Amino acid sequence: MPYAIECKKITKIFGNTVIANDEIELNLAYGEILALLGENGSGKTTLMNMLSGIYHPDKGEIFVDGKQVSINSPADAKALGIGMIHQHFKLVESFTAGDNILLGQDKKVKKSVFEAEIKKMCDEIGLSIDPNKRVSDMSVSEKQTTEILKVLYSGAKILILDEPTAVLTPQEIEKLFDILRKMKEQGCAIIIITHKLQEVLSISDRVTLLRKGKSVGTVITKETTPQQLTELIVGHAVELKIERPEVEHSETMLKIVDLTVKKSDGGLAINDISFELNRGEILGVAGIAGSGQKELCECIAGLLPASHGAILYKKENILGKEPLEITQRGISMSFVPEDRLGMGLVPSMDLVDNVMLKSYRNSDGIFVDKKPSTELAEKMVEELSIVTPNISTPVRRLSGGNVQKVLLGREIASEPNVLITAYPVRGLDINSSYMIYSLLNEQKKKGVAVMFIGEDLDVLCALCDRVMVLCHGEITGIVDPRQVKKEQIGLMMTGMKYEEAVK
Amino acid sequence: MNKREPLIRVVGRAERVGKQRVLLTVGAIVLALAFGAVFLLIMGYNPLQVYATILSGAFRSKLAREGTVKVMIPLVISTLGVTLAFKMRFWNIGAEGQIIMGAAFASYFALYCAHWNHWVLILVMFLAGAIGGGLWGLIAAAFKIRWGTNETLLTLMMNYIAQHIVSYLRDGPWKDPEAAGFSKIARFDSNAALDKVLGVHFGWIIAIVLAVIVFVYLKYTKQGYEIAVVGESHETARYAGMNIKKITLRTMFLSGAVCGICGMVQATGADVTLTTNVAGGVGFTAIIIAWLGNLNPFISMGIAGAFSILEKGSTVVQSSYGLSADCADVLQGIVLFFVVASEFFVRYRFVLRNHKEAK
Repeated sequence: MPYAIECKKITKIFGNTVIANDEIELNLAYGEILALLGENGSGKTTLMNMLSGIYHPDKGEIFVDGKQVSINSPADAKALGIGMIHQHFKLVESFTAGDNILLGQDKKVKKSVFEAEIKKMCDEIGLSIDPNKRVSDMSVSEKQTTEILKVLYSGAKILILDEPTAVLTPQEIEKLFDILRKMKEQGCAIIIITHKLQEVLSISDRVTLLRKGKSVGTVITKETTPQQLTELIVGHAVELKIERPEVEHSETMLKIVDLTVKKSDGGLAINDISFELNRGEILGVAGIAGSGQKELCECIAGLLPASHGAILYKKENILGKEPLEITQRGISMSFVPEDRLGMGLVPSMDLVDNVMLKSYRNSDGIFVDKKPSTELAEKMVEELSIVTPNISTPVRRLSGGNVQKVLLGREIASEPNVLITAYPVRGLDINSSYMIYSLLNEQKKKGVAVMFIGEDLDVLCALCDRVMVLCHGEITGIVDPRQVKKEQIGLMMTGMKYEEAVK
Repeated sequence: MNKREPLIRVVGRAERVGKQRVLLTVGAIVLALAFGAVFLLIMGYNPLQVYATILSGAFRSKLAREGTVKVMIPLVISTLGVTLAFKMRFWNIGAEGQIIMGAAFASYFALYCAHWNHWVLILVMFLAGAIGGGLWGLIAAAFKIRWGTNETLLTLMMNYIAQHIVSYLRDGPWKDPEAAGFSKIARFDSNAALDKVLGVHFGWIIAIVLAVIVFVYLKYTKQGYEIAVVGESHETARYAGMNIKKITLRTMFLSGAVCGICGMVQATGADVTLTTNVAGGVGFTAIIIAWLGNLNPFISMGIAGAFSILEKGSTVVQSSYGLSADCADVLQGIVLFFVVASEFFVRYRFVLRNHKEAK
């Protein structure tokens, strides 16, 4: 039987200089799950974009079902049975699941027939969905289910999933993997892109590794180890253990009391929570995306007003004070927001201009003094090994990991005593992630109170001194990650209280 | 499988930068001229002759050159005005109104304080023009901040209000008593007119100085930095602790003020009176120039120059060939179309059906 997809010497060059893909070889059989691994900027997305018709390769051949093809548009990809499930869902929020699935289909079907078809498809692979439910009312995992059904309904036998687990709880990930395994049994060919090695090992049959635009090999999952995979990704041996240095917990930095924060639509984002943030510790915050993490961070950082409660620093309430005022109290608060390019940085500006985002006021006079920020930018590039042509490159052109280094580097450079980081390693490759972990540990050792909003429970459990679990804006428990299991935290993320979860 | 593939389709590409971008623009202008030539041929004219006449018409004599500069002055100043707002992504379509209000404020002093010392009067009119335009711009910003109104619509509507205020002044309180039966505002005393330097009223010096100031302001000052951050993302500005409301109000005041200065220069320099036509569409052309100039004051000056040559040259073409003024507008339109459309190719390209990519 011919391969579902066979790529031979695929090359893609951007702007005559950037070789995104360099003679990449990849093949995928029906009834197989192939994991595609590689650091950011290694060319995974470019390759997948060529398979889904967004780009066209400059050189090389693509075979589908043994026949050479030219995929010139997403419509071509669809006609060939290739379906892509993007990391950021491409659904119409105000449509129902059924409308979204039918969207882009040329044929007309009766509602009853359509619903029966969907039901049959769901039964076959163990999904469940209400076709009349609006996307805007759906949870993240329901949205993903809709995306999968949409692709399957269009007749795709070859599925590409771009980081599908990033937004799911451990339980939901397991469910997704069950579905993928069933689809595999039915003969689908599946490519999954993920950064999490544990997932690669548990779901895939083979792993193709990319490094700097080149394919560095394909290994059979059963015969490999995380260590070997990491070495192949990075190109050299890497210490995989996340450190958790012991630091004397001296004092409470911030005391959050009965904090309630409203969402922009009036609903409760944070509902009456209290906890302490201590010097010299990393407090992890676990929770399904949208459980109030964003609002909590912004409220502590002084960017969002609270409707109730207090944040005490040395018995003084700093809540409701302007960011500038908070700084003047001697609390140096640094915040690494989730939306790096939309909030933390100015994408079209260069490194120097971004570095001075919060410090531009510090000089006298009406003119901006770029000297300190130029020096700092140069120092950051060197110390954090930021890959950039120079410090006057717009940060928009940097890769995700380097963008994060610029942001975190700037925040750390202001010598904070409270450091709030929201998903600091999201979308980052292994090397960059470990660098971020060690930067956070350094801050912790300096006595900084670090808050770490995370999504990978393995990381949260290995890095943090305490893990606070949020569900629907409430704390379901604050646990010692050395004492509880990952699964128990997972249960707490879905609303179970600590006492029940540990039973 | 390629049955349904369209003949031409759009494919994304890596963003063009630097030299490639300049080449793209130059190519667009060349293409536009070629297209314009076809248009002129169809109209029955020799395109080379017409183009040559446009150039010579704008430069052939001292008078012609002065005329070109006169066209250019208001274009440059009002472009600088809207550039300030556009840098903040605040869609100030109201340069026309701000020009008119600036001219009206300045005219008060030209009409009723004409006996003042000449330079004091000029300075007061300059400030009055800036304040008039600035306040007119401020209104739209204040509404946006307070009630979230759409600044594009509001600034546009306020153009008409400004125009009618001048109509009212012309027909009522400021009506020239000596022009019996005919509604107009009196010609200003020569004491209230801008002096000529090198044959043209010194508005051109104001334009050059303002261009330098706006360039430095946007690029090197803290306020300029704030404008850029607010323009890029309100979220980022909020994150950086910037007072977005204050910055918006301040910037819109400045934007309107520069346009108001333009109005003062037009009224006291070019027209030496106040008419409802004091802006005459300049405020709209300024929007186009600002974008074509990539919001860079100096590039904008060059583009304003090109526009002025086209406009001045066209009037000569009009008189020597009998080509209607609309033809000049068509030529201008063709150039704009090509230059604006070429932006598309910065990020995209076309691919023909079954086209084999570069080997």
